[in-house]
Amino acid sequence: MDVPKIQIGTTVKDIDISNINKDFESRVRLGIMSVLMVNEWVNFNDMKQMLELSDGNLASHTIALEGKNYIEVRKAFVGRKPETSYRATVEGKQSFQKHIEALAALIGKG
Amino acid sequence: MNKYENDLTHIRQMMERSSTFISLSGLSGVGAGLVAIVGCLLTFYILGQHNIDYFDGKPNYYSYQVLWQLASVAIVTLVLALMSGIYFTAKKSKKLGHPLWSAATKNTIKAAAIPLVTGGLFCIIVTLHHLFYLVAPCMLIFYGLALVSASKYTQSDVFWLGMFELALGLFAAVFVGYGLIFWGIGFGVLHIVYGVWMYQKYK
Repeated sequence: MDVPKIQIGTTVKDIDISNINKDFESRVRLGIMSVLMVNEWVNFNDMKQMLELSDGNLASHTIALEGKNYIEVRKAFVGRKPETSYRATVEGKQSFQKHIEALAALIGKG
Repeated sequence: MNKYENDLTHIRQMMERSSTFISLSGLSGVGAGLVAIVGCLLTFYILGQHNIDYFDGKPNYYSYQVLWQLASVAIVTLVLALMSGIYFTAKKSKKLGHPLWSAATKNTIKAAAIPLVTGGLFCIIVTLHHLFYLVAPCMLIFYGLALVSASKYTQSDVFWLGMFELALGLFAAVFVGYGLIFWGIGFGVLHIVYGVWMYQKYK
């Protein structure tokens, strides 16, 4: 059964709710994006340390974010060791900024 | 607290933790300051041993023997000050449960390194030209610049410590002949005052 949606006196803030981004719902992704908002390139180990994650956990979430084009990945060799680094794309930064604003708006309402 | 509030708090924390080196301990400053004062007193002692009056106002031409002794004191002072700095900061970061060697730490060191290394080399060059009276002002000025530059990645209070060191360095360059006193104030007293203040503030 469909519940009819009745809204009286909608404000501009209601629009922001649509900006709550499902892609950023997990704690891990929230953390990755937060770190990349304030740092340029961050390598895998630094990220792992900062967010206190396991290798597999971090890898699966970065792959998901990369798939959505929110972050870009760079693989380089430091000496003989391969090093993977991440950076937020312009699109990723914009989407995350909107997400933050939506969260703030929701709290402001409640 | 609802989920959204939790999320926002988490975002803020992660942004701050990943970009600022917050483990810098006030005790590091106190330790480095004490070492600097001992270094300063030792320098006076060595000069006294060689019957040199630092404040006689005459241009000093130190023998290589004196220079070597002074350089050894300087190096030991630097190493001990660094060690005390690292020790207390490592201890604090362990207490806070933060990794010591993080991206923020690297950024802080990188930001400080360029003015510091340039300053260090410049001081050696100044010494080679026998312009000893400029060594203390140069050290203070370049150290001040390093702190101002590093303050972007660590507690903002470091900015003001840097500004004080800079001002002191410029004063020391105007009133040449009192370099050692200015040096003792800048690296000794200022570090201790700053360290105690920071320790109280972030306890």
